[in-house]
Amino acid sequence: MALREPPLAEVHDARGATTTEFGGWDMPVEFDSIRTEHESVRESAGKFDVSHMGEITVSGPDAAELLGRLTTNDVSALAHGKAQYAMITDTEGTILDDTVIYRLPETHDANFLFIPNAGHDEEMEDRWTAHRDEWGLDATVENRTDAYAMFAVQGPDAVDLVASAADDADEPLADLGRFSATDATVADSDCLAARTGYTGEDGLELIVPWSEAEAVWEAFDCQPCGLGARDTLRIEAGFLLSGQDFDHDENPRNPFEADVGFAVDLDTEFVGRDALARVAESGPDERFVGFELETRGVPRHGYEITDSDGETIGTVTSGTMSPTLSTPIGMGYVPTEYAEPGSEIAVRVRGEPKEARTRALPFLER
Amino acid sequence: MSFEIPDELRFLESHEWVRKEDGTARVGISDFAQDELGDIVFVEFPDEGDEIAHDEEFGVVESIKAVSDLYSPVSGTVTATNDALLDAPELVNDDPYGEGWMLEVDLDDPDELDDLLDAETYRDQIE
Repeated sequence: MALREPPLAEVHDARGATTTEFGGWDMPVEFDSIRTEHESVRESAGKFDVSHMGEITVSGPDAAELLGRLTTNDVSALAHGKAQYAMITDTEGTILDDTVIYRLPETHDANFLFIPNAGHDEEMEDRWTAHRDEWGLDATVENRTDAYAMFAVQGPDAVDLVASAADDADEPLADLGRFSATDATVADSDCLAARTGYTGEDGLELIVPWSEAEAVWEAFDCQPCGLGARDTLRIEAGFLLSGQDFDHDENPRNPFEADVGFAVDLDTEFVGRDALARVAESGPDERFVGFELETRGVPRHGYEITDSDGETIGTVTSGTMSPTLSTPIGMGYVPTEYAEPGSEIAVRVRGEPKEARTRALPFLER
Repeated sequence: MSFEIPDELRFLESHEWVRKEDGTARVGISDFAQDELGDIVFVEFPDEGDEIAHDEEFGVVESIKAVSDLYSPVSGTVTATNDALLDAPELVNDDPYGEGWMLEVDLDDPDELDDLLDAETYRDQIE
């Protein structure tokens, strides 16, 4: 099957980007160097084309109920222009995907927008419409992934950079609170601007009409960044990557194991709630932790985590040489007794055990 | 993009280079290889005195995005390793034929170099 391409594929190619397949999309992985891109975001600003992320709108009288019953957080708590992080779980409480849900400003026809991960948009559209029909709810679900591009502008200078390129924002972008969204005009295009991101830095994410993507992208004079830097940045920030740090088929996990229990509101009724209430009661057997290698080597996805006697106790789900900390860091699941920060573990790097110590996430406090 | 390929070097198809210097030889990876790998963060190589063999693995180079095995262009005994790379692996990116060298080897058979790719053939391979 042909890979899906972001609207700026040719622009990125002309800029010298190398690309990679990710979630069925052909996306830029590197423009200059991962280190250069990573440092730009930590020190000033960088822009990411994240048009591979899905966009699904939900409207109608029962929109909130449908979202509330299919996601783990409390959608009814959202005011217009506010966003929340939530998990999508099956009846067993196993994570299918994670998402950010926006309750759109009142100016919009649709009531809600949620952002599934790359390659999950069709699965989520099907899930939403099937449950809507089963429950007899009055809601319209539209998969608009091919109608909207999405850009992230991230870093300490990012908000000022976007604010200076935007006019007519309904709410001044610099005053926009975390997990809030507003309508803004950038390069004559109507965008939704949200104070959200995936790098651990301040910044904005912009949802932009597909046909106007290039003008908006060019409105920000900062380092273009690819998925390579996005990965090193999000690992330093301790954020989960769908399909890697959890995967419904390959690495099934519930939100309490994945350390995102804060996104689960057991006072709401949703698919998987009862199973998760049992996990909350007993506590998870394994926990998602960060760790730092104390000897030379780079932890990678799939490497075994062992105890200090060499017994396998878990698997690395994400790892890298941290460009900011200049130390090898990683994340993965270990039995709860090893989850306390400072616990001695080891990571088997090409057969060689490398001493490591668990530590609290995120690796980088901002 | 054009890559530096010094005429006096010999190459393996897997992008390692060797430079002969009176009976010993220096080994590293090519400008093309360092560019493909991107930011190099770790290099693992044998100890002085270890034997290495033509076309066999002698170590590993890791960048932020990839891990790659290193293959030896020659057979012989390692007489020196570039320990500067342990603290500054980025030297391989900055100067792959100079400060980014990896090993010095006492050659078992200097004629072995004749079987390697010359600069022109290697240039044809990567272009």
